[in-house]
Amino acid sequence: MKYTEEHEWLREEDGVIVVGITEHASEQLGDVVFVELPEVGAEVTKDDEICVIESVKAASDILAPLDGEIVEVNEAIVEDPGKVNEDPLGDAWFFKIKPSDLSPMDDYMDEAAYKDFIG
Amino acid sequence: MPDLLKTPLFDLHVELGAKMVPFAGYEMPVQYPLGVMKEHLHTRARAGLFDVSHMGQVIVRGADDNGAGAFEALVPQSIKGLPEGRQRYAFFTDENGGILDDLMVANRGDHLFVVVNAACKADDIAHMKARLPGCEVEELTDRALLALQGPEAATVMADIVPAVSDMRFMDVIIADSVFGELWVSRSGYTGEDGFEVSVAAGQAMNLAHVLLAYDEVEPIGLGARDSLRLEGGLCLYGNDIDTGTSPIEAALEWAIQKVRRRGGEREGGFPGADRILAELENGAERRRVGLSPEGRAPMRAGTELYETNEGGTPVGAVTSGGFGPSVGAPVAMGYVPARLSGTGTRLYGEVRGKRLPVTVAQLPFVAANFKR
Repeated sequence: MKYTEEHEWLREEDGVIVVGITEHASEQLGDVVFVELPEVGAEVTKDDEICVIESVKAASDILAPLDGEIVEVNEAIVEDPGKVNEDPLGDAWFFKIKPSDLSPMDDYMDEAAYKDFIG
Repeated sequence: MPDLLKTPLFDLHVELGAKMVPFAGYEMPVQYPLGVMKEHLHTRARAGLFDVSHMGQVIVRGADDNGAGAFEALVPQSIKGLPEGRQRYAFFTDENGGILDDLMVANRGDHLFVVVNAACKADDIAHMKARLPGCEVEELTDRALLALQGPEAATVMADIVPAVSDMRFMDVIIADSVFGELWVSRSGYTGEDGFEVSVAAGQAMNLAHVLLAYDEVEPIGLGARDSLRLEGGLCLYGNDIDTGTSPIEAALEWAIQKVRRRGGEREGGFPGADRILAELENGAERRRVGLSPEGRAPMRAGTELYETNEGGTPVGAVTSGGFGPSVGAPVAMGYVPARLSGTGTRLYGEVRGKRLPVTVAQLPFVAANFKR
């Protein structure tokens, strides 16, 4: 598992990257009440704002961690945004992206580095 | 946060694991470990304890009376007609008919007890001192203010002060207790039954600990306080009302008694009366309304409202908005032109560049549960 400074987790599954938000991020956000996901098939560029996540407190964006194509999105968290607080590392993944180039994955933090990052 | 003030319950908030934020010059709990959503739902189901000690508590005394006559020069409410032991919602108006602050005034026999917003209290006290000739205006800085809100608030409160069982909505009493003299009003800012309790600062911790020991009671932060009052259709000063909004634009005419209106025995005589009384008869050009966004996306304060799903210029804006946990959907309020203020009118709110449908709705979103 890799982590971004935007508090996303990235897990590689057969050349596709599954993306979600970390437990730390879900705690900081508070109760999530709204999620907007990208369209399946969308070609995205690293750092594009591709998801919106709103909690009882505020709205924030999720950035594309890599260049690539969105191959699947998790409609279950659109139907029930509370899942993001219940199981951010499991059931409440956001989208799957097929990267055009996997090598930027090496630049992201591993778990130890992320733990240091959030202090 | 070095320059922020602390309420007498500060240590309790920290002990309970609250997330503290700056609010109106105070370091206040925005939420406890339960979280905003559950705190909100708990208050509607059982009882929530709020620290509202940041609000200003003021005693007003007239030279020959309780100051009610003088006070009517600052507000469009009937204060002389307020019976002893009763409280009333009021607002200070300015010469342009705008709202300087909203407040609660209680008649306690030989004086008035006034509770004002934290962010406005310095200005309000200066205003009262300058504009209430012959009156004594005393800010109480040695008392905390707690609110216990929710359908089970009455049973808990009656354990501590049995006399509260006989109180109706907006009654006020002074009661002796093991925490010293408690000033209790049956009122609040959630749309639920409940009480606001002024207690000596030195006893506030004891009272809060005793209340929190009840299974019915959870501590509730500012986050849920905001979503509760929004569902209740209650204005937040600085968001929904300010010097740029008149009471009629704000749909607060219900709080202006007949005796102060045109043809009333004590008609006018408050700042901005010309405009406010004219608007009472002829209507205002714009109105505060409830707004129900159709999808799940919250429309927050500042969201611009349009008549059509593309083009045109904004016709209004959201002044408070978020997710309503008891409604289970986003809720908002804002200002729209009078011609678009009818319930069911469809408008569009622009959220992240997209026009999303929103419908003008009746306030409150959640029916009030007061003990009348």
